Amino acid sequence: MITLSTKPLTERVEAVGGLVDMAAYENAGGYEAARQAITKSEPEAVQGLVKDADLRGRGGAGFPTGVKWGFVPKGDAAGPGHKYLVCNADEMEPGTFKDRYLMEMDPHLLIEGMLIAAFAIGADKAYIFLRGEYHESFKRLSSALADATEKGYVGRNVFGSDFSVDLVIHRSGGRYICGEETALLNALEGKRGQPRTKPPFPPASGAWGRPTIVNNVETLCNVPGILSNGVDWFRDLGIGNDSGTKLYGVSGRVNRPGLWELPIGTTIREIIEEHAGGMQEGYKLRGILPGGASTDFLTVEHLDLPMDYGSIQAAGSRMGTGTMILMDDSVCPVAISINLQHFFAQESCGFCTPCREGLPWLEQLLIDIEEGRGQPGDLELLDGNAAFIGAPGNTFCLHATGAMEPLLSALRYFREDFEAHIESGGCPYRERGH
Amino acid sequence: MATIVVDGVEFEVDEGQNLLHACLSQGLELPYFCWHPSLGSVGACRQCAVIQYADADDTRGRLTMACMTPAKDGTRISIQTETAKQFRASVIEWLMENHPHDCPVCEEGGECHLQDMTVMTGHIQRRYRGRKRTFENQYLGPFLNHEMNRCITCYRCVRFYNDYAGGTDLQAFGSRDRMYFGRTTDGVLENEFSGNLIEVCPTGVFTDKPFSESYTRKWDLSSAPSICAGCAVGCNTFVSERYGRLKRVHNRYHGELNGYFLCDRGRFGAGFVNSTDRIEHVGERVEDDLFDVLDGEVGIAKLAEMIRQGDVVGIGSPRASLETNVALKTLVGEAQFCTGMSSAEESLVDLIIQTQRATSADIPSLSDVESADAVLILGEDVLNTAPRVALALRQTVRNRALNLAGEAGIPQWQDAGVSSHAQGRLNPLFIASVLPSGIDDIAADLAHDVPLNLADCGFAIAACIGEASGSEPGFVRKAAAALRSAQNPLIVSGTSTRTRAIVEAAGAVVAALESAGKVPRLLLVAPEANSFGSGLIGGGLDMNAALQRVASGSTKTLIVAENDIFRRAERERVEQALCTVENLVVLDSLDTPTASLASLVFPAATFAESTGTFVNYETRAQRFYCVFEPRNAIAPSWRWLAQAATDAGRDDLGWRHVDDVLEAVAASPNMAGVRAVAPDAGYLGSSLCKTPRETPRFSGRTAMNANVNIHEPKTSVDEETPLSFSMEGLNRDQPSALLPFVWAPGWNSNQSVFKFQQEIGGAAAGGDPGVRLLASGSIGTMPARSASVRSDGGGVDTGFRLIPVQAIFGSDELSSRSPPVVERSSAAFMIFSPMDAERLGAAQGMGVSCSVLGATFAVTVDAAMKSGYVGVSVGFTGAEGELPDGLIALAVDPNYRPTPNPHDRVIARG
Ligand SMILES: Cc1cc2nc3c(=O)[nH]c(=O)nc-3n(C[C@H](O)[C@H](O)[C@H](O)COP(=O)(O)O)c2cc1C
Ligand code: SF4
Ligand code: SF4
Ligand code: SF4
Ligand code: FES
Repeated sequence: MITLSTKPLTERVEAVGGLVDMAAYENAGGYEAARQAITKSEPEAVQGLVKDADLRGRGGAGFPTGVKWGFVPKGDAAGPGHKYLVCNADEMEPGTFKDRYLMEMDPHLLIEGMLIAAFAIGADKAYIFLRGEYHESFKRLSSALADATEKGYVGRNVFGSDFSVDLVIHRSGGRYICGEETALLNALEGKRGQPRTKPPFPPASGAWGRPTIVNNVETLCNVPGILSNGVDWFRDLGIGNDSGTKLYGVSGRVNRPGLWELPIGTTIREIIEEHAGGMQEGYKLRGILPGGASTDFLTVEHLDLPMDYGSIQAAGSRMGTGTMILMDDSVCPVAISINLQHFFAQESCGFCTPCREGLPWLEQLLIDIEEGRGQPGDLELLDGNAAFIGAPGNTFCLHATGAMEPLLSALRYFREDFEAHIESGGCPYRERGH
Repeated sequence: MATIVVDGVEFEVDEGQNLLHACLSQGLELPYFCWHPSLGSVGACRQCAVIQYADADDTRGRLTMACMTPAKDGTRISIQTETAKQFRASVIEWLMENHPHDCPVCEEGGECHLQDMTVMTGHIQRRYRGRKRTFENQYLGPFLNHEMNRCITCYRCVRFYNDYAGGTDLQAFGSRDRMYFGRTTDGVLENEFSGNLIEVCPTGVFTDKPFSESYTRKWDLSSAPSICAGCAVGCNTFVSERYGRLKRVHNRYHGELNGYFLCDRGRFGAGFVNSTDRIEHVGERVEDDLFDVLDGEVGIAKLAEMIRQGDVVGIGSPRASLETNVALKTLVGEAQFCTGMSSAEESLVDLIIQTQRATSADIPSLSDVESADAVLILGEDVLNTAPRVALALRQTVRNRALNLAGEAGIPQWQDAGVSSHAQGRLNPLFIASVLPSGIDDIAADLAHDVPLNLADCGFAIAACIGEASGSEPGFVRKAAAALRSAQNPLIVSGTSTRTRAIVEAAGAVVAALESAGKVPRLLLVAPEANSFGSGLIGGGLDMNAALQRVASGSTKTLIVAENDIFRRAERERVEQALCTVENLVVLDSLDTPTASLASLVFPAATFAESTGTFVNYETRAQRFYCVFEPRNAIAPSWRWLAQAATDAGRDDLGWRHVDDVLEAVAASPNMAGVRAVAPDAGYLGSSLCKTPRETPRFSGRTAMNANVNIHEPKTSVDEETPLSFSMEGLNRDQPSALLPFVWAPGWNSNQSVFKFQQEIGGAAAGGDPGVRLLASGSIGTMPARSASVRSDGGGVDTGFRLIPVQAIFGSDELSSRSPPVVERSSAAFMIFSPMDAERLGAAQGMGVSCSVLGATFAVTVDAAMKSGYVGVSVGFTGAEGELPDGLIALAVDPNYRPTPNPHDRVIARG
């Protein structure tokens, strides 16, 4: 049994001080939750636990996992054929490295989470859709999978039960959009990595037209703990309204950039000041991208907000992946916007007009402004275009929405910087020698 | 029906549709790019944005894509709200970032959907300051130009080409703002329907290559409604000209037949009209290959004299109009008239007509074909003989996806959702054919064999439908089971292997299904545009009898109307007859081997220079209209015949206009319906004027002859039809058979077609054109299996048995004299089994000669070919002779050199 811990995701790694292999994982009670569930429980009961625990998706959108699992048709309603579980391990969000940590350090935790999830939804095929550049994750997951298969934990008659599930690690060809769950399914099927129309939603018709659940790595890694330690334990782990722990990360000019498992709802200030060791000498915090590159900026006035889904949303941003990027006072907001928009423009899948054509234009406008070619009216052009491109529903998928979140908020919070660029005909930060 | 509110006004719309479809149907102007009435919605372009309100109290609403939103009862939207208008203008602004401003030199200009939509959204000012993205273009073969810089990334091309037409060599490449639509490398686009990209692409990326050789703006074209002369499907076309040259063929929407799409044979096969091989004068033969030009009157007098002398046999043609055939038949009399089909083909067409009458259901239109849920193709290579049928069959099998989507609650127009859900699950299609075909990829199962065995297979299926026994081979059992359990089973067969037993077997399957309580549909294909017209007219002599009679010397004069007899019988027979007869009179548009033997030739008008009627495979009579007045002495064949007959003192051919001929046609058996096909010359439109062939913006009328005469040329008066040769008049509200082009205010491109439909994708406004001549409904008895002579295959020593093989580019006489089709087609070919090829010492790249046919063929080896038999391309220029029965000796031709292929050309078939 996993002891009633406060760090169900990372405690084994800390205890071992590195990679948790099969022996270490089982020593710490690993695979017990899956064994109990699969040999002694029923899929509906497992779904019920996850739902009651209020586990919300850690891939960015925060959708309640148990509810999502409940959308998978049961029995005859599902029709003949496979059901699929897909672990979204694409993790290409700039500034985000939480899934990688879990896969590299505790691969069995993910495999166990997937076993339980597959059992809960009746999936007989499971995929890990892995970011192509995650070579180490691939190695460690592959070897963990081989160990688990050898022990009979994966494959035919898991733990000697009637339940069988194949698990395949699929390495992505590498596009940010392939992390979007329907583009991921297309890519998995060998098609162009472009998002799909919804409906149909994947739980009804996903991979190869069959019921499919897509969950993030961290989401799935939370499942074994819930089964071992119970719903109440999990709900109590969170500080505010949300349940469980969260892997929070900080990058930027702090003293100790990194990743920590903390109760969900820990304040931004605590994460930055206590865990990341505060700002480096001589740098002042100006902006926070709380959940990766595709979330709206927050500022120092938001430091005391708890990092949970509701509070960050109420402040006009999203918790996203929970791995924040900090902008200090030496960084030019225009330059950081160029950097972000370059990424998003380049990663546009090319399907819909506003994103495909709009993002490169905005990037060019930003470059013009940064390099002293900005013109009066450019900010209004940015405002208008970004509003049109960014409104959910105006584009085919949420890629462009995510792209516009940091831009619209930068234009709001750091407007004077943009204006100064245009007025002075160049970048004041460069002139200051930063 | 659902009530939706658009900008405060209530509309009754079709509940199952999306909002874009609904709004356009109501005549509301809403721009779009990626949606296509036949391809559905994918939500790529974001051009059709409207504001949708949650309820009557919602005043803000939110932007939504009309094409992706169902028209549910109570839906409230606004097209006119400022935010919606601004967003739509922004979409154009985004698209225009990279779009070259080269409208003046772009061949789409003036009929460009992007131009129209740009004007509609009101985007006028360029604010993007960056450079434009550029691409390299590809060589795509003789049909299409490629100008990728103009692409607006709407994904229509790949959706049509791959998802709709089954192509594989045109793909979407790359990502972000560098999406590229093309092939992996330069090369000929392989799909037989590639020409539709011209009309599907909303900008000037894919344009018509033969058209660009002598390009004219749409507004300067004059056009007439026409019927494709390429095969028996009878697709409806717009044919356009300028300066007396045929310029291009576009699709003319027909709700039950071709819908929005043509095949490449039809679109690019009309180029023979401009050929330098045209016969333009009356000619009298002086010696071999030398003709004296005669004045028309003199020629008529000579023909009249021959008629007066009597002993005349007439050979008509399945590629000529009903009018010409009836004129010749009237002139020579039933007993002396031959339809012009080969004997084998005529007996097959008769069999088909008898079989179709005996079936209980009507002959299926192509929209009926698409609604079938299980299909058996027996022995017919439809992709190569009736290409548009093959395209329809692709939709038939895909309808399974629509059913599955329906069960899953996905709307049918939600194209991508339908496909991703169906994952390639198809309605069952079973193909029993001699060789692999180009639609095998959508078949549930295949059987390859020689024709008589295919017939056996058909009879076995028929037997299996009637009983529940299980000893038959898998294909037979599976096909029988699929047909028996279908709601709308469809059988497709035809004449392409020239095997009676195959058609009889198709009839037997239908009869078995009928006995099992089904209402099966039967589609039987014959090769030419008017094969069914010829079959219904009939004649007293079949081809072999006619030739024998002529060869026996009892005939003084043989009149051949628009037919190359060398294609209709074995060469020796033809030579014997044509050399024996005293007077050989040939009326034709092109120089042919037959015409070059004539004593007297008359220049015949093609479909583009005359008005007439073809009867398609559904026995639908359809009118084609003269597009432009023929040059020099060219005139419709029926007119030459009528004038000569009148000159000779006959009083029953005193016809001046096509309407007069039609009266005579209507008096023949089966033909009563022909006059109802289209209004007669006396018809005037709602504004009491004729329908103009020229567009409302026809320009340069005063200047087009300025090098000859500075005065504006007098437009000639068209006394024959309700169309005029001018721009005056109204192209509105006339019967659909009279629609010469589509154009509507604000809609300059062919997207304006929806303004000429009763509902989008439904029937043409005023009803789909054409009248079916033949009633089905269990008239007569289903022909029984006739005794066919069983004959084994041969071999290197004994000679081979030849099986005809059809090719979309090459087998049809007229289209294979159109330059782009010539460039696209392969050389005449023979297909050997690997074993026979080896024994004969033949291999790919070599040539095999056949002395009976007097031609050499390129060798192809196919493992599906049965040993002892050889597949032979039919109808290819230079190798067009009717295939002989019996065992035929073949030998490797040591002097054969394959025609050099400048590009990676592909053979369309197989
Ligand atoms: C542009 C884009 C990229 C995304 N990338 C990822 C990703 O890399 N990893 C991930 O887990 N979810 C990603 N998502 C979210 C997924 O679509 C999906 O919501 C998630 O995988 C569901 O898992 P969860 O419910 O466990 O959070 C992305 C979404 C968008 C719109
Ligand atoms: S917003 Fe459109 S172009 Fe951008 S990634 Fe999504 S579907 Fe592709
Ligand atoms: S080539 Fe034409 S049809 Fe294809 S995506 Fe571009 S604009 Fe659309
Ligand atoms: S050749 Fe046949 S299928 Fe092709 S366009 Fe003409 S009539 Fe239609
Ligand atoms: S037409 Fe609606 S999104 Fe393209």
